[in-house]
Amino acid sequence: MSFEGPEGARAEALSPDAAAPVGTEAPEGGSSGREGEPQPEPPPVYRGADLLVEVLKEEGAEMLFGIPGGATINFYDALYNSGIPYVLARHEQGAIHAADGYARISGKVPVVTGTSGPGSTNLMTGIANAWFDSVPMVIIAGQVSTSVMGTDAFQESPIFSMTMGITKHNYQLMRGEDMPRVVKESFYLARTGRKGPVLIELPKDMTSNEIPYRKPVEMQLRAYNPKPKIDRALVEKVKRDLARAKRPVIVAGAGIVHAGASELLRAFVEKARVPVVHTLLGLGTLPSDHPLSLGMGGMHGTVWANMALHECDFLLNIGSRFDDRLTGALEHFAPRARIAHVDIDEAELGKVIAEDYPIHGDAREALEILLDGAVDPSPSEEWLAYLESLRREYPLWYRTDRPYLQPQRVVQIASELASDDVIVVTDVGQHQMWVAQFFRFRRPGRFVTSGGLGAMGFGLPAAIGAQIADRDALVLAFVGDGGFQMTVQELILLREYDLPVKVLLFNNNSLGMVRQWQELFYEERYSATLFNIQPDFMRLADAYGVVGRRVKTEEEARAVLEEAFRTRAPYLIEFVIDPMANVLPMVPPGNGVHEMEGVKPQ
Amino acid sequence: MKQLLALKVNDHPGVLHRITGLFLRRGFNIATITVGACEEPGVSRMTILLEVADERVKDQVRKQLAKQVDVLEVEDLTERDAVTRELCLVRVEAPLKMRSDLQSLIQPFRAQLIDVGFETVVVEVTGSPAKIDALLDLLRPFGVLEIVRTGLAALPRERQTGNGRAALKEGRGVEV
Ligand SMILES: Cc1ncc(C[n+]2csc(CCOP(=O)(O)OP(=O)(O)O)c2C)c(N)n1
Repeated sequence: MSFEGPEGARAEALSPDAAAPVGTEAPEGGSSGREGEPQPEPPPVYRGADLLVEVLKEEGAEMLFGIPGGATINFYDALYNSGIPYVLARHEQGAIHAADGYARISGKVPVVTGTSGPGSTNLMTGIANAWFDSVPMVIIAGQVSTSVMGTDAFQESPIFSMTMGITKHNYQLMRGEDMPRVVKESFYLARTGRKGPVLIELPKDMTSNEIPYRKPVEMQLRAYNPKPKIDRALVEKVKRDLARAKRPVIVAGAGIVHAGASELLRAFVEKARVPVVHTLLGLGTLPSDHPLSLGMGGMHGTVWANMALHECDFLLNIGSRFDDRLTGALEHFAPRARIAHVDIDEAELGKVIAEDYPIHGDAREALEILLDGAVDPSPSEEWLAYLESLRREYPLWYRTDRPYLQPQRVVQIASELASDDVIVVTDVGQHQMWVAQFFRFRRPGRFVTSGGLGAMGFGLPAAIGAQIADRDALVLAFVGDGGFQMTVQELILLREYDLPVKVLLFNNNSLGMVRQWQELFYEERYSATLFNIQPDFMRLADAYGVVGRRVKTEEEARAVLEEAFRTRAPYLIEFVIDPMANVLPMVPPGNGVHEMEGVKPQ
Repeated sequence: MKQLLALKVNDHPGVLHRITGLFLRRGFNIATITVGACEEPGVSRMTILLEVADERVKDQVRKQLAKQVDVLEVEDLTERDAVTRELCLVRVEAPLKMRSDLQSLIQPFRAQLIDVGFETVVVEVTGSPAKIDALLDLLRPFGVLEIVRTGLAALPRERQTGNGRAALKEGRGVEV
């Protein structure tokens, strides 16, 4: 546990060395059926809340994010001396996005709690976010007592059915005896196979009742197989056919990050001489300046990445689910290619594209097989030279003809000044795409963004979680003025938990990404996208006790970023950017990825 | 095209909801769905008949179901030899003087009367959906008042290893 709490009232709850919960010795019971013992000893009995804390500890739950309430008050009471630190957010959405950022950086499974009714409904966006991006977490959603469930009791909401479609699995815990098993299964499901959020609906009486505890607990996951046996022969066939392809390309998705297989990817592509298109969440699997990295493909991808997708004759997708933001119009996607797809989730195979080589398995295992033995380089030098020529002819660009600070420039400067192990977090919108385009990612697994759901409000809390997971890293949170205001209240956590996050706020006085679409596709009819009035962000920084800086020029940008990066304090840096800056190039909706607009300055 | 699936699922609250919810979300179109206890305690069997667009969707349906933690087995019976049955109850207008006509009409269907009143009777029939449709067509002229159908229940047939005739002799593998 590297988490250190601040001094004061909360320090006790945050201290990892605090005493064990009163009245709960380490559970030992259940040694039933031992020889010479006619009667098994009755199992020890715990208050449900204490038992829950014990089993959470057994599962290695090290960090808890949430807000308490009536339905979870017993649980929080049991936490009081438990040594499990918690982060008290200011909104449940903040708590769960923080847990999300924590999970992505630490690789651990955080616990998120919300009380019954509004507490758990406030978690919904964060649950869906974790679901879409396969982020492991266990959510404990309080519920009214079983005796009044279903009566529309005070603060009741049908959280079990509400979250069925956005969790990997969920449980309604109706019998205390099931608690140890359910918690154990939840952690196991969250962190194995295709990772994801698992929710436990916890009626209040489950925390107040006395529960007998028998150990060990058998899991009842009879049909669940997180480690599918990969079709080795098929992967070997992919290897052979890839080596023969004239215009091969690899699509690197988040599955590689989840499998911790970025190094293997790099080793393989260097030997096989295959260029790599990254998905948004796959950015960083190769360093951005690696000669075989084509950057991001898709709607706001680079020209050379998208032409690689369009003109390839062999496409190997490892760990991406062919999201429509990547593929563009499907009828134009990789029209001449044989397609191989490795995915840990069998249901992703054939979902979007009918692959020629559907490979059900882990990205790491697939890459190990690909690397096994000699790797023949594909005859692709001409192909690489062609893509390189596109890179030279159509580089990413931004406007230089306007008297405003260009956001892309800010991203570049931040990227230049940042250390290699920087953690980059974004919210959702134009700034997210500028970061994806212009930031040079140097290490894998250090880019935290809301990919699948695209949830505004994600950035600041996720950065908080990321910084908690890695206290020493430089954490940059790029946010737009719109999304920032959705979870702005979490700023106080930077002070409370001593988190030196640098918030880089791109103020364009609008919901920029939507405004861009209105400009390009709706005849500049800016319906509900321009902010008429904004808060004074500098006074806001002041109010929350973080350092505030307002920046209007490139020179100021550099100076302020330098200052912020060397200061161990939280910063809110407002960049007053060109209000008309757009994310280009762009594949207009409905087009194939080769039909991009804005590839060159007008 | 049709797809017929046999599932074994955990007999937990909410499992049917989980599966129908999945179908709704993914846009799979259920024709019928039946659930009930099976030979294993704590496990239910579901039979689902779906209308699907093509083989791809068919494959997707199977994988999406198999991915559910509460789904223990998924068997696609569409192409397999399976016995399928549906139960139908139908209330028919049947004044006393019409009863014998009705009786003789339903007999070849091995249907029976399970409730008899002065004005109406309830006919019970099991069989393939086509057979039930045929019987319903015959009953319509009498005046059909209420119909309830269960949807399909299905089990794969025993995989026959020897030739069919030997199986027949032994009385195995024959639909009765
Ligand atoms: C919760 C939520 N609401 C609405 C949207 C739709 N949306 C996508 S981008 C965007 C604009 C974001 O504006 P801002 O946060 O200012 O960032 P910018 O695009 O200006 O960088 C909106 C409204 C969303 N993604 N998430």
